[in-house]
Formats: sequence, structure tokens, C-alpha cells
Amino acid sequence: MTMKKKKTIFTAVVLAILLAACIVVDMTLPTYHIAVTVIKKATVYALVAVSMNLLNGFTGLFSLGQAGFMLLGAYAYGVLTIPVAKKASVYQYFDGGAIPFSVPEIFAGFLGETVGTVVGMLFCLLIGGLLAALMAYLIGLPVLRLKSDYLAIATLGFAEILRAFFQWNALGPITNGSNLLKSYPTFGKATPYVLLAGLMIAVILLLINSTYGRAFKAIRDDEVAAEAMGINLAKHKRMAFIISSFFAGIGGGMMAMYMGTIAAAPFKSSLTYEILLIVVIGGIGSITGSVLASFLYIFSSEWLLRGLDSGTFLGINAPDIFKNGFRMAVFSVIIMVIVLFFRKGIMGDKELPDLIDPKYRRKKRKEAAGK
Amino acid sequence: MQELFPYLLNGVSVGGQYALIAIGYTLVYGILRLINFAHGDVFMVAGLVMVYSTTSMPIYLAIPLVLVATVALGFTIERVAYKPLRTAPRMSVMISAIGVSYLIQNLAFYITGGVPQPVSNPIPWISDNVVLFGASTKRVTLITPFLTIFLVIALVYLINNTKIGMAMRAAAKDFETAQLMGIKINSVISMTFVIGSFLAAVGSMLYFTNYPSVAITSGGMPGLKAFVAAVFGGIGSIPGAVVGAFIIGLCEEIIKGLGYTTFSDAFTFALLIVVLCVKPTGLFGEKVTDKV
Repeated sequence: MTMKKKKTIFTAVVLAILLAACIVVDMTLPTYHIAVTVIKKATVYALVAVSMNLLNGFTGLFSLGQAGFMLLGAYAYGVLTIPVAKKASVYQYFDGGAIPFSVPEIFAGFLGETVGTVVGMLFCLLIGGLLAALMAYLIGLPVLRLKSDYLAIATLGFAEILRAFFQWNALGPITNGSNLLKSYPTFGKATPYVLLAGLMIAVILLLINSTYGRAFKAIRDDEVAAEAMGINLAKHKRMAFIISSFFAGIGGGMMAMYMGTIAAAPFKSSLTYEILLIVVIGGIGSITGSVLASFLYIFSSEWLLRGLDSGTFLGINAPDIFKNGFRMAVFSVIIMVIVLFFRKGIMGDKELPDLIDPKYRRKKRKEAAGK
Repeated sequence: MQELFPYLLNGVSVGGQYALIAIGYTLVYGILRLINFAHGDVFMVAGLVMVYSTTSMPIYLAIPLVLVATVALGFTIERVAYKPLRTAPRMSVMISAIGVSYLIQNLAFYITGGVPQPVSNPIPWISDNVVLFGASTKRVTLITPFLTIFLVIALVYLINNTKIGMAMRAAAKDFETAQLMGIKINSVISMTFVIGSFLAAVGSMLYFTNYPSVAITSGGMPGLKAFVAAVFGGIGSIPGAVVGAFIIGLCEEIIKGLGYTTFSDAFTFALLIVVLCVKPTGLFGEKVTDKV
């Protein structure tokens, strides 16, 4: 069996096991169980982290606008899917809002209740993604000419401007001002999230392995050399920015599904920082790493280390030390250790199939011997 | 005009406070080419220390304590989080800065329990109300611009006329050559962090006197705005940062005065983007050409 074949089988088996595990969790546990919540939240974070990795890790554009694009996706999803009957109560300060229809209900009209609603929901996610992509195109026109840290601060600024706009009262009939959007349809089970995010990540993976992906990596490694090889810098940067934002928009829509209510407040720059740190933990330039780190991060912060906040951890009862906020403090110390001493993160630039590749193993052993 | 006057007054005062923070950004960026994302959080910590210390000890001990604690924090951050990454790519250092900011915020959350700490008349004399041309304001509003300008003049003197100032200018011009000329680069960098944190601590005491409470996130916005001010004025230039900060403070308060409070933050970032696209070197910045 060739190495390539082995790798394919290995990847397929791992993914199948994970999917099966998720389905089992869904069938045996109620939807409010912490395991289901963790899977849902982690898949959303994984998708956004991968989209950020595409830009920061593979194209070398240091952008911090992710939260803004997620905000667009989330709002697009919420605004378009709120059932007509519930509009009056959601938009109680704005006369039932300005949008008199609900996309899932339109689809339900000719595809039947269940299928139509699901198709409508997916359609709205897609619209959220497209909106984010459109916004990325517009923002990219001026911003992508900037270099490294200026680009970071400009995209961060754009995300903040977007947030201010969505809280503006004059847009209230659409965005509900600074009030919550709620009562829209969501997926209760975890499997749809896994399938959706998995599909998106697979698309990103295909993109990275295409000629475009190779061009992105060339730009990251050396802009001048890439240009000399005939790569159109402006075009490829714009493309990476738009695609990354598209997936961030979809991730935002899924985040809205997961949270159940939408407000502009959670989409602050700290959300972007959190995702950036996940990307760093996983390894900048590794899709597998980003996904793995998202799961580890959400699993430990939502479940494993809960005790650090509530008084008892590992059987030690010390409410004075283990009080509210200790978990995140411990977490940020771990993150700093990774940033300072393990700069490659969990996976470095390796992917899942590389784990069984003897080439990488040998390299690792050599490095160990060299030290 | 009569209605706008209090806002103008506030604008000058806020501008002065931003200026004190902006200098910290501009000094560090000038030498390390690093956006010190943690600077806004250092500013917030100074506010917290002020709240805690002024309630538990007399004022002549509390103020020096705030200054010393903030300077120590700035110094430690540089030594622990930035120094080990001196040879790493710039992106790594920036990520480290974001990590530090995250760490400080989470530690502050743990210590304060996530509750905004009320500021109650921390420094008695400067928070008294005074009336100027029919506009009632706190005395701190009037003091800030003068204190800022005094500190800036002192700093410019330090940079132009002392040995350490000369070393800082050399390091900002060319990091490696400065090292070859026998300048102890690490102590120069530490010095910039010490100066930056000191000014941030002064700015913080003035800033939070005007606010009802210090929350763990209250450093973020002033920090980002001060950074925008530094970019606007031309990053690396101290007079630029000060002028930029006063302009931003004024514009922001005028926008609030016209009734668009939601957009006062957005305006700052819009300004940033326009400046970056039209004149990336800012008002007083030096032109840099990229070497291949």
C-alpha cells in the first residue's frame, strides 16, 4: 500500500470514528447536556479558527476583523429567520421590524415543513456568508494595501465600526438596535453542526491544496519572490480575505444558532483575540491544529476546568482560590506559556494524515537527537 | 457654541489623557516596531491600583504607589513576554502582546471578581467642581492639558539632551547598528517601557477621576484610540502623538455634543483607516522605504 493510500484511509477512519461518536452522543444524551453544548460551540469555533488560519497562517495577512464578519453572519441569519408570528414580540420597540417575511417559512411553503425549514436555515447561513464576503471585498479595497500590523489595526477598527452600526437605533427596524434578536429556529442536536462545519472545513482544505492555496503560501513565505514568479499579489490577497470572511460569516451564523440569541456585545475584539489564540495553540498553518485546539479549548473551558470557578477542583475544596475568573486566569497563563515557549503550537504545520507519515516521525526523532 | 463649550473643554482634557497613553505606544513602536496591545491594559491596571490604594492609604503614599506599580508592570511585561521573542518574527511578538492583554484582563477579572470598581473621589482636590465661562466641570479637566504639555516637554528634553535619550533615538533609527555601537539595547527598551508606563499611570489617574468606575475592559477603548492617535500623528513621533491625541479627543467630544454618541468610537477608527490609506506616515512621521 502506498503512503498516500494509507494516509487517506487513516484520515477517513479517524473522521468516521469522530462522526460516529458525535451521533452516539446525540442519540444518548439530551440536547441540554454539557457534551452536546461543547461539541456545538467547539465546531463553531473550529470553523472560524480555520477561516482565520487561512488568512493569518496560510496567506500571512495578519487580520483581526474576524469578529466583525461573524457579527454580519449572525445578524443576517437572525434577521432573516425569525418567524413572522414572533416578529411583534422580538421587535417590540420597532413595530414588528421592517422585514415582513421569514426565509425558512417561505421555503417551508413549497418544500414541506421540516425540509423547507432546514433548507431555509442553510440558505440564510449562506446569505450571511455572502454578506460578509461582500463587506470583505469593500473593506479590502483600501485596507489590503496596508502591511502587517497596520492591517491588523485597520481590520480591528472595521470590526468595531460594524458593531457600532448594528447598535445604532436608526437601523432598529432591521437589527433591533441594542436589543436582543431571538426566537429564530436553531438546530438542537450536535450532528448538524459537525456536518456543516466539517463540510466548510473540507472546502477550505481543498482550496489550500489547489493552485490558489499554493499561491497563498508563496505570498506568505516571500511576497517579493511570489510576485516575481508571476503571482498577482493584489488579486490573491483579496481572494484570501474574501474567502476567509465568507467562512467567518457562516461561522457567525452558526454561532447565532448555538447561542439562541444575538446581540452585538459578544462580537467584540476579545472574540477575535480568543480565536487568534486558538489558532496559535493549534499551530499557525495547520487546519488540523486549529480544529483540535478549538475542541481542547472549549472542552476545558466549558467542562473540564469548570471546577476552578466554582470552588472545588480535583477534589480540593478551596472556595477562596477557586472563585469566579480563576479558570480564565489559569487559561491565559497556559496560553502565554505556549506563545512564549512552544511557538509551533500543538501541530506546527502538520496535518492529520502526516501523523502516520514516517518522514515526519523521523524528522522529529532527529530533532530530539540533535538536542 | 454655548452648548458645545463644555464638550470642547472635555475634548481637550480627554485629548490630553489620550496623549499620555499614545506616547507609550509611539515610543515602543519607534524602537521595537511592535503594537503593544497590552498598553491599554496597563492603563486599566493603573486605574485599579489607584482605586484600591486611595481607599486604603493616605494620598501621598497612594499616588507614588500607583506610579511604581504601573512602571513595574510595564517593565515586567517587556522582560517576560517580549524580550524572549527579540529574534522571532514580528507576528509572534504581536501575538504575545495580545496574549499579555488577555492575561491581564483575566487576572484583573479574577481579582476584582468581575465587578467594576467604583471610583469615589480618589484624589480630593482635582475632582472638585469648578465653573468656567458658565460651564461646570471638574478641576481635573482644566489641569490635564497643562500637565500633559509639561510632561511632554520634559520627555522631549530627556530624549534630545540626555545620554539615554540619545541611545533611544539611535535604537529607533537602526536597532542593529545601535547595538554594534555599544548601546545596551535591552536597557534602552526597558527604559521606553518604564517611561511609557509612567505616563500611562499619570493619564490613568486623570482619566478615571472623571469616570464613575474602573472595569476590566475600560482600558481597551482608550488604548486603541491612543494608538490611533499615535498613527495619526505619525508613529514614532512624540509631538505627532500629542497633536493626534488632542485632535481625536476634540473630534470625539464634538461628535458626542452633536448627539451621535454611538459613532464617537466608530469615528476614531474611520479616521484611522482614512489616514492609513491617504497618508500612512501620519502628520509628522518619517518616510520609510521597504528594502527587498
